[in-house]
Formats: sequence, C-alpha cells, structure tokens
Amino acid sequence: MAIEVRIPTILRTYTGGQKAVEGDGDTLDALFADLDGKHPGLRGRLVTDEGALHRFVNVYVNDEDVRFTGALETKLNDGDSVTILPAVAGG
Amino acid sequence: MLTIDRATYDAIVAHARADHPDEACGVVAGPAGSDQPARFIAMMNAERSPTFYRFDSGEQLKVWREMDDRDEVPVVIYHSHTATEAYPSRTDISFASEPDAHYVLVSTRDPEAVEFRSFRIVDGVVGEEPVEVVESYLFGHSPAEVVYDCPNQ
Repeated sequence: MAIEVRIPTILRTYTGGQKAVEGDGDTLDALFADLDGKHPGLRGRLVTDEGALHRFVNVYVNDEDVRFTGALETKLNDGDSVTILPAVAGG
Repeated sequence: MLTIDRATYDAIVAHARADHPDEACGVVAGPAGSDQPARFIAMMNAERSPTFYRFDSGEQLKVWREMDDRDEVPVVIYHSHTATEAYPSRTDISFASEPDAHYVLVSTRDPEAVEFRSFRIVDGVVGEEPVEVVESYLFGHSPAEVVYDCPNQ
C-alpha cells in the first residue's frame, strides 16, 4: 500500500528535507508507526505520550480533518493522500 | 526587516480593528523566495476569543494548498492582541511553526494609536525587526516611511 504524506516545513528535518514521503498502514496510527521507522522522531511530533494526536497538529486524509474521521483510528486505503499542517495559533 | 506595501499594512490594521475585541488573524502570501507580502488573506479565528486565535483547520488546508499551487509561501502571519502590547506571547512563541515567516503583531488596545510590529520566531527565539512601509513594491528601495524602527536590534 502506498500512501503519500505531505510534510510541513517544520518537520522536514526528520525527512531529510523531503516535502512528501511514502508510507504504509491500515490506519493513521499504523501509518505514523511506519513513517517513524523510516524517519525516526517524526511520530513523536504528531502523537503524544498518551497515544493521542497532538492538539495543535492538523492531519487531513484526502482533505478531511481526521478529528472528524476517527483521529488515529482513521482507516486508510491505497492511494490515499495524507497532509500534515501544524496548527497556526497563539494568544 | 519587513518590507510591506501600504495597502497590505492598512488591510491588516483594519482587520484587527474590525474584529476587536476578538483577536484577528491572517496570512499575507508572497511568491516563494521573494520575501514580499503580496496577497492579503484574512483568516477566521476559530477560537473567536479576545485572548487566543487559531486558524480554522479546513480553511488553513485550503489556503496552504492554494499557496502551494501558486508557488507562494506565507510571508507574513499576523494576529492582534486586544489588551496587551504588540509583542509575541509565550503561546505565540511556542506555536510558531513557520520559520521563514514574519510574525506581525498588531495591538488594538488603544483605539487612537496603531501598534504594528514584526518579529522572526525561530526555534523558540524571538527577534524583532524594523517595519518599512512602501507605497508600492515596484520602485526599489526608497521607503515612504519606516513605521517602527525597533530599539534593540
């Protein structure tokens, strides 16, 4: 299964500068574990120690915010496109 | 140094005043590599709060994708502070995720005075920069005025 994952500028240090990488997984959780194997440290920027998606990272599968599709349990299919964008926020 | 044209500067200030007492936020996109804030994009503050802002995630995807299609980057990311100074808060610093952007802060705490300042925030370190307002980007380096020449450079 090949899933394209678009990486934001701030996380490209983990991917050797690449703005898109490929990964595999039935769910978003599995995909992140797969990506972490190839790009160590990447998963830690996306998932908290408690195993939840970081509150200020937006992840989209085929343009849908995964908060509405099951977060880390979101099911993935071959050819899906995942985009990661750090939330733009402040106070 | 942030070089910005008068129309964009005015648009940012107008947006901040219009949304007061909530924080206003947005982006000014520019061609990749140009460092020129050319295309003003007011964003919705999904928090609708006087002390916090956050881009709506769906809108952010749309805008970021559009910038990518147009070979643009977010040259300026701006937001307003409604009761405090135009300086990045601890939250602003910890959430700054675009290392190449100029972070513009506008304070609307005083209805009579405009506070418009610009900063670079990289790896948790804030550095203020002067703001140069030009009438147009076409005519080289003759600024109409330097709006804010920060004291400690």
